[in-house]
Amino acid sequence: MNPTPEQVLALNRRSMLKSSSMGIAGAALASLVAGEVRAARPGSFAPSSPAPSSPTVAKPGDLRPRAKNVIFLHMVGGPSQIDLFEHKPLLNERDGQKMPDELWKGLRLAFVRDQPNLFGSPFEFARHGESGIELSRLLPYLAEVVDELTFVKSMHTEQFNHAPAQLMFHTGFGQFGRPSLGSWISYGLGSENENLPSFVVMNTGTIAGAGNSMWGSGFLPTAHQGVEFRTDGDPVLYLSNPQGIDPSRRRRILDSINRLNQERLADVGDPEIATRISQYELAFRMQTAVPELMDFSDEPAYIHKLYGTSPGNTSFANNCLLARRLVERGVRFIQLNDQGWDTHGDVQGGLPPKCRQTDRPIAALIKDLKVRGLLDETLVVFGAEFGRTPMAQGDRGPRSGRDHHKDAYTIWMAGGGVKRGFVYGKTDELGFHIVENPMHVNDFHATLLHLLGIDHEQLTYRYQGRDFRLTDVAGKVARGLFA
Amino acid sequence: MRVKDYSSPMNRHLPLVAALFAAALAVWWPLPGHAEEGKVPTDGVDFARDVRPLLAANCFHCHGPDEQEGGLRLDGREAFFTGGVSGPAVEQGASASSHLIARLRSDDEDQRMPPDADPLSAEQVALVARWIDEGAIWPEGVGDRDVAGAEHWAYRRPQPPERPAVRQTSWPRNEIDTFVLARLEREGLEPSPSAEPATLLRRLYLDLIGLPPSVAEVEAFIADPSPAAFEATVDRLLASPRFGEKWARSWLDLARYADSNGYQADQLREMWAYRDWVIAALNDDMPYDQFTIEQIAGDLLPEATLEQRIATGFHRTPTCNIEAGVDPEENRTNQVVDRVNTTATVWLGTTLDCARCHTHKYDPFTQREYYQLFAYFNHTPLEVKQAEARSVQFDFFGPKMELPLTPEKRRKRAKIEAELAEPRAQLKEAEARALESLADWEAALTAGQVQPSKELPADKIKQLQQVLAKPREEQTAYERSRLEDYFLATWEETRELRATIGRLEAELARHAADTTLVMIEMPEPRETHVFKRGEFLQPGDKVTAGVPDVLHALPEDAEPTRLGLARWLIDPANPLAARVRVNHFWTEIFGRGLVATGGDFGTQGSPPSHPELLDWLALTFMDDGWSTKRTIKRLVMSATYQQSSRMTRKLAERDPENELLARGPRFRLPAETIRDAGLAVSGLLSTKMGGPPVYPPQPPKLWRQTGRGEPVYDESQGEDRFRRGVYVVWRRVAPYPSFVNFDAPDRTRCVVNRPRTNTPMQALTLLNDEAYIEMARALAARLLAFEGPLSDAARIDRAFQMCLARQPSVAERSVLEELLAEERDRLAKDAADVTALTHEAALPEGVERPADAAEWAAWLCVANALLNLDETISKE
Repeated sequence: MNPTPEQVLALNRRSMLKSSSMGIAGAALASLVAGEVRAARPGSFAPSSPAPSSPTVAKPGDLRPRAKNVIFLHMVGGPSQIDLFEHKPLLNERDGQKMPDELWKGLRLAFVRDQPNLFGSPFEFARHGESGIELSRLLPYLAEVVDELTFVKSMHTEQFNHAPAQLMFHTGFGQFGRPSLGSWISYGLGSENENLPSFVVMNTGTIAGAGNSMWGSGFLPTAHQGVEFRTDGDPVLYLSNPQGIDPSRRRRILDSINRLNQERLADVGDPEIATRISQYELAFRMQTAVPELMDFSDEPAYIHKLYGTSPGNTSFANNCLLARRLVERGVRFIQLNDQGWDTHGDVQGGLPPKCRQTDRPIAALIKDLKVRGLLDETLVVFGAEFGRTPMAQGDRGPRSGRDHHKDAYTIWMAGGGVKRGFVYGKTDELGFHIVENPMHVNDFHATLLHLLGIDHEQLTYRYQGRDFRLTDVAGKVARGLFA
Repeated sequence: MRVKDYSSPMNRHLPLVAALFAAALAVWWPLPGHAEEGKVPTDGVDFARDVRPLLAANCFHCHGPDEQEGGLRLDGREAFFTGGVSGPAVEQGASASSHLIARLRSDDEDQRMPPDADPLSAEQVALVARWIDEGAIWPEGVGDRDVAGAEHWAYRRPQPPERPAVRQTSWPRNEIDTFVLARLEREGLEPSPSAEPATLLRRLYLDLIGLPPSVAEVEAFIADPSPAAFEATVDRLLASPRFGEKWARSWLDLARYADSNGYQADQLREMWAYRDWVIAALNDDMPYDQFTIEQIAGDLLPEATLEQRIATGFHRTPTCNIEAGVDPEENRTNQVVDRVNTTATVWLGTTLDCARCHTHKYDPFTQREYYQLFAYFNHTPLEVKQAEARSVQFDFFGPKMELPLTPEKRRKRAKIEAELAEPRAQLKEAEARALESLADWEAALTAGQVQPSKELPADKIKQLQQVLAKPREEQTAYERSRLEDYFLATWEETRELRATIGRLEAELARHAADTTLVMIEMPEPRETHVFKRGEFLQPGDKVTAGVPDVLHALPEDAEPTRLGLARWLIDPANPLAARVRVNHFWTEIFGRGLVATGGDFGTQGSPPSHPELLDWLALTFMDDGWSTKRTIKRLVMSATYQQSSRMTRKLAERDPENELLARGPRFRLPAETIRDAGLAVSGLLSTKMGGPPVYPPQPPKLWRQTGRGEPVYDESQGEDRFRRGVYVVWRRVAPYPSFVNFDAPDRTRCVVNRPRTNTPMQALTLLNDEAYIEMARALAARLLAFEGPLSDAARIDRAFQMCLARQPSVAERSVLEELLAEERDRLAKDAADVTALTHEAALPEGVERPADAAEWAAWLCVANALLNLDETISKE
């Protein structure tokens, strides 16, 4: 006797009811359910043994979910921490002098070949907020929310070329083939919205050198890869019906497909067909849910003013507002990539326009999330694959550029369990080396997973005979920045 | 959502029942993860389960096979209890006086182990202490590499198995069935009845050539479904050129074949000749030993042929980063690592990469042995070169080989060369004549009487004026030559001749010989060193080429070259190569390997479901001259293969993964096959073979990466839009999106088994991708083109036959009749929709544009439904 389609679908309905009330605990519950299924023996359709523990279940100690969503802002190319976050008076003082021999010796840089000059920032810095954290004048909006942020001034990575460093930053490994951060989190926690993917990516400008691998699933099941949402053309590839097929016609065709699939299910009994039927229903729901999400003309004027958004545009500001809408809908991991931060040529000319595009909407996002009570459960990360050198590239005085710097750079985080108005880690007086609390990319990943309630050593996937982790064999949780 | 990924046993925790639940969980797409269970033993501490993993994770790095800090080694029983320079690490039965515990617990940062890392948790230390207190029992064989390695089944040569006795002696058609049936009888299961002839024929077509049978072919087989007719069909399909195109796909996944470099800009590379070589070799049934040798070392064969050199493209597929400021040596090292790892995966079913940084924790391979294999591949030149000295710009510069000119190109080139002869000769004379006027021109230039032009812009005039302002003897030779050059570029007669020559030369370049990437050896071999912790900047001991101890020995006279390695890989004494390869075939056909972890036959892989069958197939493969086609034929001729794939309740409960093979295979087709089959039933498929990759329609603005020299997606026109998926351009940072949605890899790494997921993105692709709408439109036109006054029902039956090789049931037919009637009715009133659906159309050869566009649009809806059925995209 095969299970009839009715039986299979009844099963679907029952579990859908069960899952519809899932919150953050739902993820753990979902995992428990999957665990039960895993433990179920052939011979019964009912789970038969208690679930194993999952990485999301509370563990003794400090491992508890502090955040449930992540908005990850990747400034592709590597913004200059020296001109944005790192005020270095000594560097300004010694501007134009050759960099010290002891720092130059043995140094490998991507572009600079001759011992370069030190390059003080041409931008003034000032202290802001109660925390008194210093920011350059390029970030007036961020200054308004500086007390919400934790700056990590001691990030370092292993790669000084863009594509490998981007892979490192997102997959923990400088070559292709590993799953990205967002896909690990999707794998670990699942989604809270039945109509949207758990991992969404939006790009402004060209796509970074590492390409789709920055949101790929590597050896994890492909369902965990990031789905690119686009503000130009179809918001998700193949989402829109072709010309001449309106939603009602699509519905009728879909009903025919489902009926035929049910006939087949009754005949051959392969439960994969039941899954296919439910995936077609999900696809149909997505066709409504995604455009509704992407169309923010229903946002009030003050919101547009806050973010600097205008409907119909393709801009980083629009993507920030969309990120908030995605978080509201329970999307787990949202990655915004913004191209254009690779200021080899002219920091003074290149950096201000990028800041004008991004500063206001980023600050707006923090404020908006806070007002809505979402900042506590959302971790916002601002970072890049590496930073920039305190030395000049080129010899054009204040119009010089900066090369890639992998040994010390700055990222910041806000919300979701991190301290407010806090600086973690420190570099030397020239901003060249880290002198306090270094945070390797693996440490950053371990910390981020920890904030989501995941033990980075427990989130593993067996592939080709080995249990892989996002943090490979490294990763130290930086507890010092937890609120 | 169901995930079928057989790459490891851990991933198999979503059995059939899980699929129901997973589908049922409205939490869509991602299922929650499954990290390993935190184990808290309630009974006694088990060393292998509880303690050794802690030591392995925290201690072996410095106290293991590669390093023994303080003389202490903790990974083997004897060494563990011997201890290091401070004496034994543990005192059995007394944790309180054991060094190990003291060092793990120490508050002194300089004393506490492990150094520079998080300390073990109190629970973990307590666990180790309890193990010591319980007597520190280290069972025989645990973690003892010699024992674990040599005893593992996969490292012993397959032995001819005894034929098992079976009760149901009438069922087996060949030896495969005997092994399968013996197991089923042991498990108390019955094989399934034979599949219906039409189902079986469609299965066979999809498996052997990756395309569905035509209606006529199905009808012929239904008329005579005899074993002889079946066998004749098998032979015919094995001989079809479509066979190689189908079977190349999985090999190209292993070979990580792509048309681009990967990384920033991801520029295209030209190596499609290698892809065509694979297709041709499969079609020729090149014996697998030769197939191996030519791909690993074809260039080193005596008097290597063009084809043998092309074959070495197998190892020229690794990714390559040419972004500004890269380290060419780092690139090269990464590529050699990829070659070693891929070779081990494909021919040894071994995950060797662990041994790059430290001796393998589970399988018997040392770090030193890793670099001995590395030495075989270490003598190829750099593939990235600085554009000029001290420049930060780099170019891809790997060795490539020119392919012979095609006859068409040769003709064209000859014609252009001939056209060039005259202007070239004229130019010489014209230049001599013109230069007589150079002095006058210089005077005019100085006087500001020369007008700026395309050939001589204003800023250049200024520069030349500055040169002329200097006395003649101070003008350098270079400056003089520039003056002459600009003069000749502007002088009417020479300018025109130069333009003509330039145009012709550009045309000649467009007809240059194609090239392909190949392996070559440098005249001076490199030294190979172990890289400490896998870091290419930290060379350690020098090593020479060699093979792992646990495997068969190299012959005395083996050369220390890739050719020596290739011959060793395919030596009949190799316990792995044949087993791994027949397992690839088995997986492709049955959807699940006899060893489910096809990339890992090691101790962490899954044990074979039918060990004797695996060995029998491997031995037969070798005895039969390593013939791929005869091996595949053996599989499809078995009764096991020809069973019905219906899943009964009993089978769903007993064996949801079909490990025991009590039914035939049923699973979703691979990405390329879904598209190929759609093109075939719509009549659009082009069977043109080989050549540069094609660019079928894809949504706009997908190719927009950063970087110099980014290629442009130049959509193919004509039949190139409709060629098989194996010819579609594979750009690593942005592969063809509809393939990606059906689990195609990005080909940056060797992939043994693609995952098989079931997602809403797949639904959206088949419903809305313009490529699939184009197929539905053509299929509808084809249905309307059938001659004679056919009823709707008759046309629907034809459509069913074309897509599914069977007649619809009454219920199925009525579903489509209803849809057709409804859409026909509505479209009759909606001219705009009709135009939108039918205004442009690629049609199969011999099919006219239907006269009644509304009728066509209604049938398009029916065709769209048919192309979306689970059955259409599945092999049953």
